[in-house]
Amino acid sequence: MTALTLASVNKSFGKTHVLKDIDLEVQDGEFVVFVGPSGCGKSTLLRVIAGLEDASSGDIVIGGARVNETPPSKRGIAMVFQSYALYPHLNVRGNMALALRQEGRPKAEIAQRIDRAAGMLNLKAYLDRYPSELSGGQRQRVAIGRAIVREPKLFLFDEPLSNLDAALRMNTRLEIANLHRQLGASMVYVTHDQTEAMTLADKIVVLRDGRVEQIGSPMALYNDPANRFVAGFLGAPSMNFFPEDLVAGGTHRTLGVRPEDLFLSEDGALAARVRHVEQLGGDTNVIADVSGHQITARLFGQHAIDPGQEVRFGFEPRRVYRFDAEGARLH
Amino acid sequence: MSSARRNPLNAAAMHGALILYTLIALFPVFVILINSFKERRAIFREPLALPDGESFSLIGYQTVLKQGDFLLYFQNSMIVTVGSLFFILLFGAMAAYALSEYRFRGSLLMGLYLALGIMIPIRIGTVAILEMMVATGLVNTLWALILVYTAQGLPLAVFILSEFMRQVSDDLKNAGRIDGLSEYTIFFRLVLPLVRPAMATVAVFNMIPIWNDLWFPLILAPSEETKTLTLGSQVFIGQFVTDWNAVLSALSMAILPVLVLYVIFSRQLIRGITSGAVK
Repeated sequence: MTALTLASVNKSFGKTHVLKDIDLEVQDGEFVVFVGPSGCGKSTLLRVIAGLEDASSGDIVIGGARVNETPPSKRGIAMVFQSYALYPHLNVRGNMALALRQEGRPKAEIAQRIDRAAGMLNLKAYLDRYPSELSGGQRQRVAIGRAIVREPKLFLFDEPLSNLDAALRMNTRLEIANLHRQLGASMVYVTHDQTEAMTLADKIVVLRDGRVEQIGSPMALYNDPANRFVAGFLGAPSMNFFPEDLVAGGTHRTLGVRPEDLFLSEDGALAARVRHVEQLGGDTNVIADVSGHQITARLFGQHAIDPGQEVRFGFEPRRVYRFDAEGARLH
Repeated sequence: MSSARRNPLNAAAMHGALILYTLIALFPVFVILINSFKERRAIFREPLALPDGESFSLIGYQTVLKQGDFLLYFQNSMIVTVGSLFFILLFGAMAAYALSEYRFRGSLLMGLYLALGIMIPIRIGTVAILEMMVATGLVNTLWALILVYTAQGLPLAVFILSEFMRQVSDDLKNAGRIDGLSEYTIFFRLVLPLVRPAMATVAVFNMIPIWNDLWFPLILAPSEETKTLTLGSQVFIGQFVTDWNAVLSALSMAILPVLVLYVIFSRQLIRGITSGAVK
């Protein structure tokens, strides 16, 4: 069963073509992450799925039913927003109950669903508080709770962690991963943060300029990127690119090597002058200059390297990615 | 807190300036109030003196209450002011919401058209308005005044409110849509409470001119049953003789209701400001 199918979905605002022929399938219980730089259309795509924007053309099918003309509340979805979007005039219980009341559910069922969601999210102590009396993390949990009580066919998350600080972001990320496992629900999650995408997703959809660049599991995209954009977008620090003639000469192809695939070597192919060293304890990031190109090497463990030092980096040939002038991957 | 706030000298200077301004602003009101309690000769002999045992008199208030139906005038002013404010806020907020929330053909032109009224005084159209009111049979009804004041207040209301409504979070409105709220519920339950300070501002801006207006009541509704307080007070101002006791008493009484309305709205204003600040 597919939870969501998009078939050549297009969206234009006036003359600007924001989404271009998007095709996508989300299986039942799958966690799909849309990732891409800002302005790539990922949030618009989510809003089209939710029904907050109409698709200019193409089909949106949720749980087997075409929903292009269905209003958002009848699509069987629930959405979690970046700014929480809690109703300020209702307490936590009221926030969670509103959608169910609108659907005309019996009171006992509403109470039982709220109880269950509050238990999952550790919100039981806050049910009678108002949003203004909660911290950012608690508010985001209420927003997630408001989605859970609806028991939707599809969860939509719109950059839910962007407003949280780093420590809280990590915790909430774990919590969302746990929820996904507990509920077994289908989820679509939008983020610009590749770490969130890599850690949460069953399937990543990389978007650029309203087009799907590549779809696949995180490791598939990481190990086998279709083009230079995907290769550079996933992974932190991001992949190093340099012209092939730095090492081989005579060609105009671009080589890509991941920072962790570079190692210090007396007879390495890349002669570099160290510009900056980031000591992270477990890892050492060395930012160096190779004939005018910036190269980042991620070395395991601690290394005594100083800025200004001359070093040589080597890499294994099978770890190298090759791209043509347009950025397409060459095999 | 900034050091300027803590410095006692600065604080004293600031309070001094504020007190001075308050005194200047309140002085005319004060003079009206004290003189309304004095007999005619005392008003002219020593206008700034407080009423004492000798000069104290309620003659002005007695004249006002005997002459004409002042309670009715009060009521008329109240109905016209509150009615106009209600319609200005309701229609102004609805138009502002439509302009700020929905994309439709000509929305920019519509916004400009609605804001145009800020620059064109409605009194220019008095003759046309009078003709219209005569044609519709609304002359000498309170509806004539309410309609004119609503039209007069709408441009500024739409202008101010649409600016504030643009700031209401899109996510919140979208959350409502996903939860199945109707556009009306989203407007009345989610958006309006969040722009309450702006609504109070609009109400205060419109209230005083409507309450004090003489022009339109005189032209559109001068009959005895529809006289407003301002118009009613004019009977005491004659070409040759003016009953100052009565005029001052009527003015003093006219201050009260509008003061009450102001307090109600300004409290909303302050509540809105602080609720934003401590969030």
